Amino acid sequence: MNKIRNFFEQLRSYPSAFAGLAVIVFMVCMAIYAIIAIPYNEAVRLWRGGDNVWLETPRNASPAWTNYFRKDKLPETIVLKTTEDPSLKTVVPLGGGVSVNDMVFTFDYHYDGFPSELSMFFTSTFKSARPNVSIKWITPDGREIRLTDMSIRNSESYRISQDNSVSRRVRGLAPEVGLFADPNDPSKVNKGTYKVVVEGLVFEEGSTLDGSLVVYGQVHGMAGTDHRRRDIGVALLWGTPVALSFGLLAAVGSSLTTMLLAAAAVWFGGWVDNVIRRINEIVMILPTLPILIMVGLFYSRSIWAILGVVILLGIFGSGILTYRSMFLQVKESGYIDAARAYGASSGRIILRYMIPKVIPVLIPQFVAQVPNYVFLEATLAVLGLGDPVLPTWGKLLNDAYTNGALFTGHYYWVLEPAVLLVITGLGFAMLGFALDRIFNPRLRGL
Amino acid sequence: MPKIQTATDRAVPAKRSTSGTFARIARYAFVRGGTLLITVVIGVYLAILIANGGGYVDQMRIGQVREKISLQIAGNEALRDMTMQERREYEQRLVDLEIQRLGLDQPFMVRSFRYLWNGLTLNLGSAEYMISDSGSRQVRYILGERLGPTLLLMATGQLLLFFSSVFFALFLSRRYGTVLDRIVVAMAPTSAAPAWFYGIFLILIFAALLGWLPFGGMVDAPPPQNPWLRALSVLKHMVLPVASIVISSIFYNSYYWRTFFLIYSSEDYVDMAKAKGLPSGAIERRYVLRPTLPTIVTSFALTLIGLWTGAIVLETVFGWPGIGRVTQTAINLYDTPVIVGTVVIYAYLLGLTVFLLDIVYAIVDPRVKLGGGDRRS
Repeated sequence: MNKIRNFFEQLRSYPSAFAGLAVIVFMVCMAIYAIIAIPYNEAVRLWRGGDNVWLETPRNASPAWTNYFRKDKLPETIVLKTTEDPSLKTVVPLGGGVSVNDMVFTFDYHYDGFPSELSMFFTSTFKSARPNVSIKWITPDGREIRLTDMSIRNSESYRISQDNSVSRRVRGLAPEVGLFADPNDPSKVNKGTYKVVVEGLVFEEGSTLDGSLVVYGQVHGMAGTDHRRRDIGVALLWGTPVALSFGLLAAVGSSLTTMLLAAAAVWFGGWVDNVIRRINEIVMILPTLPILIMVGLFYSRSIWAILGVVILLGIFGSGILTYRSMFLQVKESGYIDAARAYGASSGRIILRYMIPKVIPVLIPQFVAQVPNYVFLEATLAVLGLGDPVLPTWGKLLNDAYTNGALFTGHYYWVLEPAVLLVITGLGFAMLGFALDRIFNPRLRGL
Repeated sequence: MPKIQTATDRAVPAKRSTSGTFARIARYAFVRGGTLLITVVIGVYLAILIANGGGYVDQMRIGQVREKISLQIAGNEALRDMTMQERREYEQRLVDLEIQRLGLDQPFMVRSFRYLWNGLTLNLGSAEYMISDSGSRQVRYILGERLGPTLLLMATGQLLLFFSSVFFALFLSRRYGTVLDRIVVAMAPTSAAPAWFYGIFLILIFAALLGWLPFGGMVDAPPPQNPWLRALSVLKHMVLPVASIVISSIFYNSYYWRTFFLIYSSEDYVDMAKAKGLPSGAIERRYVLRPTLPTIVTSFALTLIGLWTGAIVLETVFGWPGIGRVTQTAINLYDTPVIVGTVVIYAYLLGLTVFLLDIVYAIVDPRVKLGGGDRRS
């Protein structure tokens, strides 16, 4: 008890240790929150999703908070649905099964930027006769622009921004620009209340027609979206438990086994020692990253398979030599002789007497190793060998990089995962450095 | 990636070798080189075992052979008249012949040693999809022509890193306790991030935002005709990758080495030298730098090994046309022979690095005995 209090007393003189500890605690909380808020299967589904999951989010949208730092506010996404708000729709039966299904989507638009896309989605149920719609756009100054007439299958999407005939009606501008532009100055947004009027006709008894309007913005949520409309926030959140568990498990796995092997090598000596040292020399020559690349390519890209190989390769290395030299000193201690004298078994001596002696040296090393492994996961992902299903920070970086985020100015896409990686790495590294100086009397005060 | 090492002492009492320094080093180099060569052989063999684990690569190659031959037969007008049965038999015969020619029918143990020999002699076979800049499909040429740029970039970065770290660390140990010293101590944890990671930030700042330096690549497109201008262009493209190598490790190295300098400057013989009135430069060179150099070389060796493999991603991030970039392309194209080739090249490069460092170690540390790397017990 006294020892522990003493330890915290010492820790107090290292503010960086507390900063590191705070970061780690924060990250662990974030990881727990991520797992509770988005269960594993849900996270995988969201990230693989494709267009059906992310129908109503814009492509490559910056985070919403960037609006606070700019004068001309960029639009957020506006979604209007008749299924959610039935007052948008009026149904007037005309007799004989035919009825008018009119929908009016009204929205205020006060942003300074144009939307990134415009789409309408329709769903309908019918037996043989498809419902018909005709769509009009009404600007704040009362101009009416006919968009299209179409018949609706069970599910129909109308991408207004890809409709060239609309573009022709608004002086050749892209529809999402032309429909919102000030008629006197096409570079400015005509702010005010817009209306999209859908005159629908259904031809059968019991047939239904529903629609929705999506005005895709240029900003979205806390973290923005990627090229496949996915909310980057999902990957940022889920990257935390993945990075932490990968880093911690790899560090625990490799440093504990390293220590055990070093202790066994010293205790048994002779050929055991020799074999372990020869294997160590070979593994130090093995290029870790290319081997991980081969494993990722030929066997499995699953993060857990990679983790296993990382631990296996991490067991050997310079660490084993450091521990070995420490154990060599420990072995000469009097209490080891005493243990041997009372007939303790080899296992007992290694586990109960030798290992506890070097644990203080192990802890800082172990903490400081965590960031190496966190970054290793990111490294593999950047090379295109990330886990195939899980969203991770490294995969975000890889996506951003392969889509040229730095060239096209989508800096948030690179910066968000990078900042999280840096914070996590620094947290563990700062704590590890401070612990190293506390446990290492020679470094104390230097 | 620098690994934290604790400050363990490496004081090994040993007799001074009676023979001359050169003979000692030559003998040492010979033994060390031999051991390392054996290590590289085992390493390459392990890589081959991993690459062919479960016979997966063999299956792939047989599949390719079959596909190639069936395409040949389908495209051959002269064989149109054959019945289905005849054609199938003919195809099987050709496939068997080809498999025999490639030696794929031999047991794996036999083949693995042939692969090993091929690998060690850098006879790496031909690539499946990739083509070298000079138009060859030989893996040897694909990798060979990229070795130069990788060596240029990594050697520049590493040498710069080593010397700037040593001098910076010496400088700091003289100014122990100043604000600058404390800043470096506080910055040391930043070395947890690998070089490519800093590369991203540097590109963001100096290429994307400021536009001062290129995003990546090795030379302007089109390359300048004048060789001086071309060298200048390469230099311009090297600034950011070299900077990220240096930034990623300099704080940790300076901190760690400065600590060693401080520990050694508190030795009695340093006080004695000061009392004699020696100039501080001479004290540093003879009494501080000399005994700490072996430790520094060892710690630098670890940085180096980390940097070699880190080069794969660094080159990818900067589009530098080196081995790392080839590896990345090969991963995307799933070009197995090229990937196995890079593993072999990397095993050689690492072996060579360790060998060179051992020699340097033997030069700077007169205590090294002729015993093949056993410097501790």
